[in-house]
Amino acid sequence: MTSRVTTALRKGLARLRRRSQRPGSETRGDVHIVPRDSIAANALAAVVAIMTFLAAVTSGGVAMVIGSANEWQSEVAREMTIQVRPTPGRDIEAEISRAQALARSAPGVAEVRPYSREESDRLLEPWLGSGVVLDDLPVPRMIAIRIARGAVVDTAALRQSLTQSVVGASLDDHRSGINRMRGMAKTAIAGGMGVFGLVLAATVLSVTFATRGAMASNRPIVEVLHFVGAKEAYIASQFQRHFLGLGLRGGALGGIAAMLCLILAGRVSDLLGGSAGEAEAAALFGHFSMGFTGYVVVAAEVGLIAGVTALTSRQVVIHTLRNIE
Amino acid sequence: MIQFENVGLRYGLGPEILRDLTFHIAPRSFQFLSGPSGAGKSSLLRLLFLTLKPTRGLITLFDHDTATLSADSLAVLRRRIGVVFQDFRLLDHLSTFDNVALPLRVIGRDEESYYDEVAELLGWVGLGEHMWSRPPVLSGGEKQRAAIARAVIARPQLLLADEPTGNVDPQLAQRLLRLFIELNKSGTSVVIATHDIALMDQYDARRLVLHDGYIHVYD
Repeated sequence: MTSRVTTALRKGLARLRRRSQRPGSETRGDVHIVPRDSIAANALAAVVAIMTFLAAVTSGGVAMVIGSANEWQSEVAREMTIQVRPTPGRDIEAEISRAQALARSAPGVAEVRPYSREESDRLLEPWLGSGVVLDDLPVPRMIAIRIARGAVVDTAALRQSLTQSVVGASLDDHRSGINRMRGMAKTAIAGGMGVFGLVLAATVLSVTFATRGAMASNRPIVEVLHFVGAKEAYIASQFQRHFLGLGLRGGALGGIAAMLCLILAGRVSDLLGGSAGEAEAAALFGHFSMGFTGYVVVAAEVGLIAGVTALTSRQVVIHTLRNIE
Repeated sequence: MIQFENVGLRYGLGPEILRDLTFHIAPRSFQFLSGPSGAGKSSLLRLLFLTLKPTRGLITLFDHDTATLSADSLAVLRRRIGVVFQDFRLLDHLSTFDNVALPLRVIGRDEESYYDEVAELLGWVGLGEHMWSRPPVLSGGEKQRAAIARAVIARPQLLLADEPTGNVDPQLAQRLLRLFIELNKSGTSVVIATHDIALMDQYDARRLVLHDGYIHVYD
């Protein structure tokens, strides 16, 4: 027992002595077969960071466009309008009340708001100008219907009951407008995805070529490892691990920078909130917000780019070994 | 230990540079491989070191037909062979110690298990003071000794040296030759490729001479 303790102590002391003999604070774990901070490695990390930044900003922009397009569709699809035309000999207010009651009773309707006579007149102002007396004109009256989120209203049944019960009433479910909006939104999404695909392809290609360039300077290391009897898997794993770390380092830098830029853009957008321009921009393009999915996409991009560097280095190692043999 | 039978080698569609090589290398033997420049000494060393495949013939290494072995099996077989390159092939970013320890490291040994072995060998080849120096600060002779230490650290059965005295002065060449003789006496077969007649004259050993692609063996 005593001899075991003595042996263990001796081994521990020997280990400390060996570590103290290495220059500086370098220990066995610090000795990397593939050099860590070469010029080529730093240049590759920079390329990875820049390309990840561009890909992440693009994905953030595309996510914003997709979100806005979906919002347009759902907002417009949640509205319907009942138009009640005045009919001689009929009390239009009574007809409006009846139409309002019918609309309220329809399943899925969240809100029904009839426009007053004054509000209806104001709707015509852009075409007729202000100050025109419309009392003698048969101006139709509008009832705005808001559909509950996620609900589906049986428009055919509502239309039929309105036609039967309310004189001069018609229901507009904005179908043609929604279809046009849907087409526009789909085009915006397809365009955004296309741009994202192109940026991602450019990222993968540039990272692949940058990795090949960085690997060219490591050929002597691959050869020496081969000559001292290292197996293909060992050599490939040394480089793969090194380049995966390099890719993750560069990718994280670029991804975090992109996230910060998008968050900053969102803050600036919020600070400028309330101005007419900002309101219109928000209506058109949505708000600068990444959302959880945006962060997941950026993280996935970092992983993908790091994976590309690792796999490319592995391929170059295998290709080099095939050439040696 | 090593048997060549009617081995021929050509690069691509070029002429055959090694023809009908038939010879053997016995365990614990010592031989010089010589011939004029361009005779194919380095190519023959590469065949011996399994980094080239012959275009014809049979090479048997440690009782294995090399043509039938997988890449991994060849790597394992290569561990039984140490090579000293004319241009040293040391890794500049590693210390002399880590360069010499590389063959042990790739087989998965822990530094604690090989530290004393490597330190002792570096002392034996006269590099004890330069254990933590990196190759760029070593002289040509020191690099050569580090390369030799790396080649023998895993106690190979066969040591191949390509012009090991090509870059050193005659005194150091003599010291290196003594080192190879010591290694041979400890049981390692040695093949030294050289065209240095003076070096060969210093030690009476078997000679393999390449000429016009053919090998002539002088026992």
